[in-house]
Amino acid sequence: MEAITLLTFFVLAVFIGFEVVSKVSSTLHTPLMSGANAIHGIILVGAVIVAGSADDPLTLVIALIAVLMATINLVGGFVVTDRMLEMFRGRGSAPAAREGSDA
Amino acid sequence: MAVLTPEWTAFLYLVAAVCFILALKGLGSPRTARRGNLIGALGAVIAMVVVFLSTELDNLALILGVIAVGTIIAVPASRMVKMTQMPQLVALFNGVGGGAAALVALLELEHSVSFGAYLAVAFTVLVGSIAFSGSVITFLKLQELMPTRPIVFIGHAAVIVVLAVVGLAAAAIIVLPEAWLAGVGLGGLKWSAAVAGLGVGSVLGVLLVLPVGGADVPIVISLLNAGTGLAVAASGLVLNNTLLLVAGTLVGASGSILTREMAKAMGRSVTGILFGAFRGASSAG
Repeated sequence: MEAITLLTFFVLAVFIGFEVVSKVSSTLHTPLMSGANAIHGIILVGAVIVAGSADDPLTLVIALIAVLMATINLVGGFVVTDRMLEMFRGRGSAPAAREGSDA
Repeated sequence: MAVLTPEWTAFLYLVAAVCFILALKGLGSPRTARRGNLIGALGAVIAMVVVFLSTELDNLALILGVIAVGTIIAVPASRMVKMTQMPQLVALFNGVGGGAAALVALLELEHSVSFGAYLAVAFTVLVGSIAFSGSVITFLKLQELMPTRPIVFIGHAAVIVVLAVVGLAAAAIIVLPEAWLAGVGLGGLKWSAAVAGLGVGSVLGVLLVLPVGGADVPIVISLLNAGTGLAVAASGLVLNNTLLLVAGTLVGASGSILTREMAKAMGRSVTGILFGAFRGASSAG
């Protein structure tokens, strides 16, 4: 793809990134960080592409390590954020919800 | 299997990117936070289905097997971790993401041709490995497997400066044209320079996080998180993959704002947290 097209994507994404998290209450800082952390686990797409085109054993092994690391980031990121938000909801209203989330 | 046309692939990547934007937006408000996270997960599932359906992949069974192993590791770890230990788990997840980005860039080095791609490889290798090792140190501090107080040794700042210079030199070798490098007797060193960058970045990550006090560690995790986002964005440039570029940039930008906001909420400055210990000022520990 042309460099200028990629630059356009980049600049627009920077502004959206700035815009979507402005004015977030401080209680949501940690879940938001955790959610953003899960999103960059999408590097798994890149790791899969690299592993799928590896043609020597060393490249394949390094690529599969990247696949493993990226999977842990992506899957673990979304699951732990969900648990965090269960806790968040429980803290405000019913204590029972917090206990339930431990199950 | 390449059953999806490039147009469909690009369209579905756009859908996934919109999911990520909606996820970050949703996470900003208590009422929509949980749904936002689920929309983000949906975007990730769409992206993963698309990559398998749009690319001719060798080693398919191995890749799927490793993804299964990663899932089997990640889900119980996230489900069983104590509430109070969640921040360090997020730090670990961030670290492995940064490491994955650095490795992807390292392997794409040999397929890179343009100046922009080389620059992106150099950036990802350095920032990704800093995020990896820095996150491991934040994990060890929060888990109290090492002292949470700021750790500064004699000549600490000088070592950081020297390593930063070495890292930039490695980056220069990656970026400069091969013909020019051969002219000054540095031909054929790009791969070695990238591996050296990985090593230098890993040591730098450790040295940068050691001086941070325990109470400031969550802010540093957020900073490293933004760094990983940018590394993923740069690896998107290397792979010519718009989804990685957009998703990584979103995290890099929102993570930077979030880091500043977190520091502000605690009445601290980001530079003070990172470098305060060197000036003799206290870092809240």
